[in-house]
Amino acid sequence: MKRFNFVFTVIVMLFLYIPMIVLGVASFNAGTDIAVFKGFTLENYSELFVDKTLIPLLLNSLILAVLSSLIATVLGTMASMGIHSMGRRMRSLTMGMTNIPLTNPEIVTGVSMGLLFAFIGIILKTQNVLGFTTLLIAHVTFNLPYVILSVMPKLTQMDPNLEEAALDLGCTPRQAFFKVVLHEILPGIISGALMAFTMSLDDFVISYFVYGPSFRTLPLEIYSMVKKPLQPKIYALFTLLFISILLVMCVMNLLQARDEKRGHNLTHKRRRNV
Amino acid sequence: MAKELIRLVNCQMAFDDEIVLDSINLYINDKEFLTLLGPSGCGKTTTLRIIGGFLQPTSGDVLFDGERINDVPPHRRKVNTVFQKYALFPHLDVYDNIAFGLRIAKLPEDEVDRRVTEMLGIVSLKGFEDRKISSLSGGQQQRVAIARALVNRPKVLLLDEPLGALDLRLRKDMQNELKRIQQAMGITFIYVTHDQEEALSMSDTIVVMDKGKIQQIGRPEDIYNEPKNAFVADFIGESNILDGIMRADRLVEFFGRKFVCVDSGFEKDEPVDVVIRPEDIDIVAPDAGHLCGTVTSVTFKGVHYDTIVDFKGFKWLIQTTDFCPEGSVIGIRLNPEDIHIMHKSEYSGMFGDYSSYSAEYDEIADPEYTEEEDDSESREEERNEE
Ligand SMILES: Nc1ncnc2c1ncn2[C@@H]1O[C@H](COP(=O)(O)OP(=O)(O)OP(=O)(O)O)[C@@H](O)[C@H]1O
Ligand SMILES: [Mg+2]
Repeated sequence: MKRFNFVFTVIVMLFLYIPMIVLGVASFNAGTDIAVFKGFTLENYSELFVDKTLIPLLLNSLILAVLSSLIATVLGTMASMGIHSMGRRMRSLTMGMTNIPLTNPEIVTGVSMGLLFAFIGIILKTQNVLGFTTLLIAHVTFNLPYVILSVMPKLTQMDPNLEEAALDLGCTPRQAFFKVVLHEILPGIISGALMAFTMSLDDFVISYFVYGPSFRTLPLEIYSMVKKPLQPKIYALFTLLFISILLVMCVMNLLQARDEKRGHNLTHKRRRNV
Repeated sequence: MAKELIRLVNCQMAFDDEIVLDSINLYINDKEFLTLLGPSGCGKTTTLRIIGGFLQPTSGDVLFDGERINDVPPHRRKVNTVFQKYALFPHLDVYDNIAFGLRIAKLPEDEVDRRVTEMLGIVSLKGFEDRKISSLSGGQQQRVAIARALVNRPKVLLLDEPLGALDLRLRKDMQNELKRIQQAMGITFIYVTHDQEEALSMSDTIVVMDKGKIQQIGRPEDIYNEPKNAFVADFIGESNILDGIMRADRLVEFFGRKFVCVDSGFEKDEPVDVVIRPEDIDIVAPDAGHLCGTVTSVTFKGVHYDTIVDFKGFKWLIQTTDFCPEGSVIGIRLNPEDIHIMHKSEYSGMFGDYSSYSAEYDEIADPEYTEEEDDSESREEERNEE
């Protein structure tokens, strides 16, 4: 049984990572045919870095991801504080409402956002509302639930007396948040921000309905290329992206593990003191 | 007389229609040591939280120095709190936890250092400055919590069972230390405990609470000697509580006999609760006593024997240094000042009958206390017996 489980795990891992390996190998392939490896080369990478279109698009994507995840993190943390201070009934209702957009198909979110912006465009009597702002608004919107979802548990786990102790010692509510509460929920905020960043970086479906010609992102460009054969430098780009995301995820897991260890120590202590 | 500092007027607190505090009326004088005493869930913490500003009473007023402070937020009240579950800041070490309030108040750093160091000495935590909170034992955390509040020299200190996690020796030391600090610094203490012995030995005033209501307010001696109802009589110390009828001022009837007592001001023929403390009862020869009963059980308790005596089917607890073997018939004498009369209350009949007595007290504050400190004396006593 144990052996079977091990084999099964290996198979699942292969399924998950073979495509990435293939991509990586292809990015170093001297030939253009995926089926034959014509020899190792870094040419695809050097081509990528002198490319006049891809790099600016990647920068666009990064700017959008950083900005939208930052804004979503701040707003989401504030919203979490608000939800946390609600009564029990209101809190579960609000949390339910926050969760629904997560399960909503992306395409539905995209279409409805597109409609909303079109509607606003009509009201404002302008042709081109769509652009960076609409993309940013859309990304912040779909990122918010992820932030709230990872900050809320930290708030519920926190000893409610901590904030009161800070107030008791003379902190204004604002100081109490920055000097005490923030430290307690920081792991949740960071993992929420990282999640938002990655979601935003690779989003195509929702972006597709709200972008305008003035500001395009990398995923939008790639999808428009799929009709034509992909250039090998795209493989190089994706390999780099994959590695960056992998690093981000590793950092996130590391943070989580450290946090769990701390929580574990605490409960352990408490049990001993009883 | 000291002047009044805090007053609660008709305070009521309800959570989701469940009333946990019911018309609390209470005043606290400047520099007073006032203790809220009561069983778990009676609303002690809730009362403290109202004074600290973390809860607003559903109705009623909180006055500080004569001014209504219902809407004053906690950080603007001249009150500091030692929380029941410590609530120390996990991301700061011991030193920074204690220095927290002083730094918020923007005191110069050398002043902060002087006061934190002084405080560390008072709570015997010198050398623990750089320790993480999670690496401290419960008792050490509790002392950091006390230091963190005291270092600010508040006008009023609220302490929610601040010594609950300490062992006996440390608790006795800290009790003395807290009392000393309170008197030396002239701070008003509002102290929560469910340990009656701690309350009796430390307080100027005790407020006995149960089910969200104040049962009695008074000096420790008054609470002990003149409990207002059966709950107080039973919660503070041990009591035999009997049904009686007040026949006249200073004359009460129970067990079909009239006894002279010292209480007056009751209606004629009013049914009352009669309290007789187990240690006040004198054992005499059967024919010389007011009442005559049979010993049904004897438990050695150290300084005394817990002797259960059956008087016409009602069992009394008598604490005596005289050993009376099981089955022997004894007489008792009651002096007028040993009999305390109370009005009937909702608690009548619920306490003070030792028919289902077991060798354990129902409310032992310090289990070790009776064993440890009284052991040597008792051994001597036994030897004397022989
Ligand atoms: N936030 C709250 N929501 C609902 N009920 C509460 C809340 N806080 C306290 N209560 C209830 O109020 C009552 C009194 O609680 P409180 O904490 O004041 O008791 P306590 O006297 O301090 O008890 P203990 O000695 O166990 O600390 C309890 O029945 C408790 O369940
Ligand atoms: Mg409590």
